[in-house]
Amino acid sequence: MTTHTVAPAQAEPAHPTSTSTRGRRRALKGERSAAAWMISPALVLFALFLLIPIALAFGLAFTDTRLISPRPGQFVGLENFAYLFSDPVFWASVRNTFLFAVVVVPVQAGSALLLALLVNAKVRGTTFFRTVYFLPVVTSMVVVSLLWRFMYQKDGLINQALSGLTGGLYSPIDWLNDPVWALPAIMFMSIWQGVAFHMVIWLAGLQTIPAERYEASEIDGANRLQQFRFVTWPGLRQTATLILVTITIASFSLFTQIAVMTQGGPLDSTTTVVYQAVRTGYQQLQTGLASAISLVFFVLVLIVSGIQRYLTRERS
Amino acid sequence: MVTTEATVLPDLEPPASRANRTSGANRPGRRSRVLITVARIAIVGFFALPIVFMLVSSLKPDLQIFADLGSWRAFAPVGEVSLDNYAGVFDRVPFWQFLANSVVISGVTVVLGILINSMAAFALARLRWRGRGFVLTLILATLIVPFETLALPLLWWVNKLPSLEANGFSLEFSQGWLNTYHVQIIPFIANAFSVYLFYQYFSSIPRELDEAARVDGAGWFAIYARVVMPLSGPAIATVAILTFLPAWNSYLWPLMVIQSEELRPVMIGLQYFFQLNVSWGQVMAYSSLITVPVVALFIAFQKSFINSIASSGVKG
Repeated sequence: MTTHTVAPAQAEPAHPTSTSTRGRRRALKGERSAAAWMISPALVLFALFLLIPIALAFGLAFTDTRLISPRPGQFVGLENFAYLFSDPVFWASVRNTFLFAVVVVPVQAGSALLLALLVNAKVRGTTFFRTVYFLPVVTSMVVVSLLWRFMYQKDGLINQALSGLTGGLYSPIDWLNDPVWALPAIMFMSIWQGVAFHMVIWLAGLQTIPAERYEASEIDGANRLQQFRFVTWPGLRQTATLILVTITIASFSLFTQIAVMTQGGPLDSTTTVVYQAVRTGYQQLQTGLASAISLVFFVLVLIVSGIQRYLTRERS
Repeated sequence: MVTTEATVLPDLEPPASRANRTSGANRPGRRSRVLITVARIAIVGFFALPIVFMLVSSLKPDLQIFADLGSWRAFAPVGEVSLDNYAGVFDRVPFWQFLANSVVISGVTVVLGILINSMAAFALARLRWRGRGFVLTLILATLIVPFETLALPLLWWVNKLPSLEANGFSLEFSQGWLNTYHVQIIPFIANAFSVYLFYQYFSSIPRELDEAARVDGAGWFAIYARVVMPLSGPAIATVAILTFLPAWNSYLWPLMVIQSEELRPVMIGLQYFFQLNVSWGQVMAYSSLITVPVVALFIAFQKSFINSIASSGVKG
């Protein structure tokens, strides 16, 4: 660029002429129309596949619409909700979903943090260990569920290993066919599959903590536990919020494991809200009732993530 | 004055770049190094053994798998090892068809997802127009809506949408998107999280580049395509990976919308093996076949995978 082209532009602010404002207006108009063209495809898709389904969940929940039916759905008021709230299987699904989240969220977040601290230590081999721990995450949940269904069989790998380790004292549990053990077994497997995902997020959080703070705390004579309490943990607040919210939403959405491993059984001990919604809306074709379940689920997610955000908000 | 300020400020608000890559406590002593490595190796077994078991069992006949369960042999390719299970898989299902379907579905979702979400993010991050802040807030607000809450209303909705079908030489509209390729792709293109990732990345690219290109007479589309996108490699890689994994692994949606065999993705193909007379050797062979490509991709692009997961945790 030469000074010749810059010179007139420098003169403009001193004597704003009508041509320059017109040019500016034209440039802004061009910017607006470019913006419109560029954002429209995404907005159309969001409207079609996000906003309309959300609106439909609200609308259809108050009708008896069926998935495939020549007859359009009729408005039935709160009938779907009345039915759901008197249905013991629905309550079982709500209870199981909460139980799953209450156990999995803290255990998975906590073990992910321990793993992250272990992997973050300055000892050789970090990349190798991180990669191996991450393998279950890139394995699909369908494959993992099927693999563990096999390992959980009564004469399967896990029982054989446990009785080998205890010298035969242990009597085998039929994990997935026992109403007491089926849900814990699925919890354990889900944590095995997902924990390294959150380990990586904790690691990213750990790496934003400046080394100077550790050096300063060392000069002050802090031991490792104090260092964790006063340097590491405060530096991870934001990460903690994010991890809690994502694990909670993921555990609320529990479906694949149930569909592949137990189909909600035995005795409804593993059925979940999403599994019930799919069974109702897809297998039984009752879109209206399924939308009511989805709506309840949606409200649960909103409430819980709202509470979490409130509890873990920045105190400044 | 300037120098004292520079030394004081970073302590209060240190920029992320100053943070040590592997920050944390200083290099541990010899004894803790040994302890840490022992712990890390023990955990390798926890994460890797089930996957090794899957790969090894895929090479054994069912009788051998069960006979080996009680010993270390379960994890070693010893005894009657063959590729018979793989031959069985190819006999039983049109594996290459499933694989091609999954490759097409996830490939198209990734490419269109990158294009459409990055254009939307460009309009939000770098163009001035009225309503920009509102649209950004709206898109970010949808981040906590899990797909599972929308799946059932969406199922009813896509069944109402018109499809354009080629019938001989004429194009015809038919009702319903069920049982098509596009129902597995189009709803998943626009993604709030991808928009957010691109938005953050674009905001970090200096605006002076845009202005310089404007002076050279470039239009906004040219700036998007030739200036901003070429500088956004890491963001593109992140979005590609975070779109690919759920597309490849998706189970709930294709389970509901696809009936015909020739449109099924690989995860649904797994159903053939666990519904009627289960042959565990074949289950493991099929599972290995659909897992190994993703694991290979992960190991080849390990850094990008880890960075993309990590970037999902770093909030702006």
